Amino acid sequence: MPRYLPRLAPGLSGRVFIMQERKLLSGNEAVALAALHVGLTRGAGYPGTPSTEILENAARLGVPCQWSPNEKVALEVALGVAFAGGRALMTTKHVGVNVAADPLFTATYTGVSGALVIVACDDPGLASSQNEQDSRRYAEAAGAPMLEPCDSQQAYDYARLAFQVSERWGLPVILRMTTRVCHSKTIVRSRAPEVPRAPSYVQDIPARVMIPGYARTAHRRLRAKLAEIAAWNEAEGPVTVHARGADLGIVADGICVCHALEAAPGATVMAVGMIYPLPVERIRAFASRFPRCAVVEEGDPVLSRALLAAGVRIEPRPEPYRFGELDVDRVRRLLAGETAEPPPPPPGKPPQLCPGCPHRTSFDILKRLGCIVAGDIGCYTLGVMPPFQTMDTCVCMGASIGVGLGLRHALPPEQARRVVSVIGDSTFIHSGLTGVADMVYNRPPTGHVVLILDNATTAMTGLQEHPGTGRLLDHRPAAKTLSIEETCRAMGVDRVTIVDPTRDAAGLEKALADSMASDDLTVIVARRPCILAVSREAKAAKAAKG
Amino acid sequence: MDGVTNVKFAGLGGQGIITATDILAGVAFAAGLDVKKAEVHGMSQRGGAVTSDVRFGPCVLSPLTPEGASDILVVVAEDQVEINRRHLKPGGVLIAPSAVDAAKLQNRKSLNVALLGILSRHLPFPESLWIESLHAHLAPALHAANDQAFALGRAG
Ligand SMILES: Cc1ncc(C[n+]2csc(CCOP(=O)(O)OP(=O)(O)O)c2C)c(N)n1
Ligand code: SF4
Repeated sequence: MPRYLPRLAPGLSGRVFIMQERKLLSGNEAVALAALHVGLTRGAGYPGTPSTEILENAARLGVPCQWSPNEKVALEVALGVAFAGGRALMTTKHVGVNVAADPLFTATYTGVSGALVIVACDDPGLASSQNEQDSRRYAEAAGAPMLEPCDSQQAYDYARLAFQVSERWGLPVILRMTTRVCHSKTIVRSRAPEVPRAPSYVQDIPARVMIPGYARTAHRRLRAKLAEIAAWNEAEGPVTVHARGADLGIVADGICVCHALEAAPGATVMAVGMIYPLPVERIRAFASRFPRCAVVEEGDPVLSRALLAAGVRIEPRPEPYRFGELDVDRVRRLLAGETAEPPPPPPGKPPQLCPGCPHRTSFDILKRLGCIVAGDIGCYTLGVMPPFQTMDTCVCMGASIGVGLGLRHALPPEQARRVVSVIGDSTFIHSGLTGVADMVYNRPPTGHVVLILDNATTAMTGLQEHPGTGRLLDHRPAAKTLSIEETCRAMGVDRVTIVDPTRDAAGLEKALADSMASDDLTVIVARRPCILAVSREAKAAKAAKG
Repeated sequence: MDGVTNVKFAGLGGQGIITATDILAGVAFAAGLDVKKAEVHGMSQRGGAVTSDVRFGPCVLSPLTPEGASDILVVVAEDQVEINRRHLKPGGVLIAPSAVDAAKLQNRKSLNVALLGILSRHLPFPESLWIESLHAHLAPALHAANDQAFALGRAG
């Protein structure tokens, strides 16, 4: 029963659909719901905007989920689940696919016995990332079929389809989303849940042990599977044609479908749901029906290059549209062939470290000591902003240590001594440990200093747990807590010091100055919880008491 | 797009922009309309500028409102008014933070909800839907203060 029939404003008349099953979900929430409905065995991932809320929401729905220390481990865990015959989900932001690329490129050879779906979330426009890489490139490079939803309904539908495709062909499948799809809320109608078969081990040595002899066969098997999937995509894959006018055809994927439908009301739009392997013949037939056929895609010219290479007659997109996010206005200009874009609007207020953030003291001190800061990624990257402007490099997670060591090796001693690697606790566990191994192994003549800003959370992405917080993804206690200081000591670091930057700023400053002056390998742990994490915990404790 | 209403919220991280647009989207959704809502998470939330679009009507295509096509612009931070004015369409309604007497708010953090109260006067949804959505998106401990803020805005 509709609870309310709206008294519509003059502009609001028209089709009003009211149904019991509707939900207003973000793309991430829709994938989480799909995970529940496919009876997911386990989800694994590492936080990263815009992908983080998938596992958080799935866990809230009761799906077993974990944060792994990094994306490579997460994908390996998911692969193990799928080798066991289970249904596995791995979630990551685009740059996390780089970290997980090693297992990915061979998981397509081994294939899976259950199902393995990787959700890769790109960030065109850099809402919260260090680059604009396009994960669609990975599909072809790794030989993984890739589905691309345009809204939350498709995120739900294609997530479920991805499990079907994965199970049918025994291949990992990538669901590629972008910030707009992950974080926009649109209406979803869900379907009845499935009951998957229970995991049980079946040995298959030639399929899963990738020695050259088996891998040669596996590569051929992969290509044969992809050929079958291509044929399936041509015949019955997820392609939607929004039939409208006959003058202009548009081929689009992902969110671009929505923008194109609005930007060109008279155009007929073909929405390609599985972009690898691409249904080239379907697109060729579509394109041939129009005097003009344009490709609307965000990021790299993946679709247009593939179509042009196959000799499909399409208009490639002008180069400026490779940069940033597309929207309705930009798609209008793209279709008009405009290459000059209006100047970007004035930037809004930039983000800053919260008032009272414990990272602030550390950056005050680093600045005062004239450090060359090999930085890393997290809230503390905001140390690059005024008033600190105290970060000299930031490339990818974990790079602070390797880059800091390289600087130490190359610079003259008086400069080398000023080099400090600054890294957060979550980032340290993600990819700082191997940097410490290198530091201990290839010791720079002036030693080195690593400052770990331990705020007891993964703050940047919204306060997620990690192996050092002592709590699991759903904030329940973990069986063990990884000790950063004990790990560094065990790895052979000369000096490990723990200081509270808020209570003992002078102590932190002295520890830093002393280590920079010495030739020791030093790790300083600046330990003070993130103030947002503290207030979240206080709230949770209050709620638990009632 | 035919019959689509575009509302944009703008302000700074931590001002409850995302909660406010969740509440508005919830109202339009409960009214049986098609709804799309866009927001950005991450870096922009550390006190940086935040905007979020809600579009509703019989059928919404893109989740992003085209430039200069917002019917209503609600700004929660005074210093964000001018930067965001360009989003408003000619003749559109601007709801600025100065429209609320902050001294009358039980909780100063409820400014976003007081502005929703003002917004509600421009939209065809009954008060009961607003209150329901408000309560669905806020912790019970916050209901009283936000009911007051909403009423303050709605009374005008
Ligand atoms: C490979 C990769 N995965 C994930 C991210 C997203 N990300 C950036 S920094 C970060 C962790 C931040 O946590 P921490 O190092 O503890 O610093 P904090 O934000 O708490 O200060 C994450 C998850 C990324 N940039 N790259
Ligand atoms: S969220 Fe925490 S770590 Fe990040 S800036 Fe705020 S206080 Fe600092």
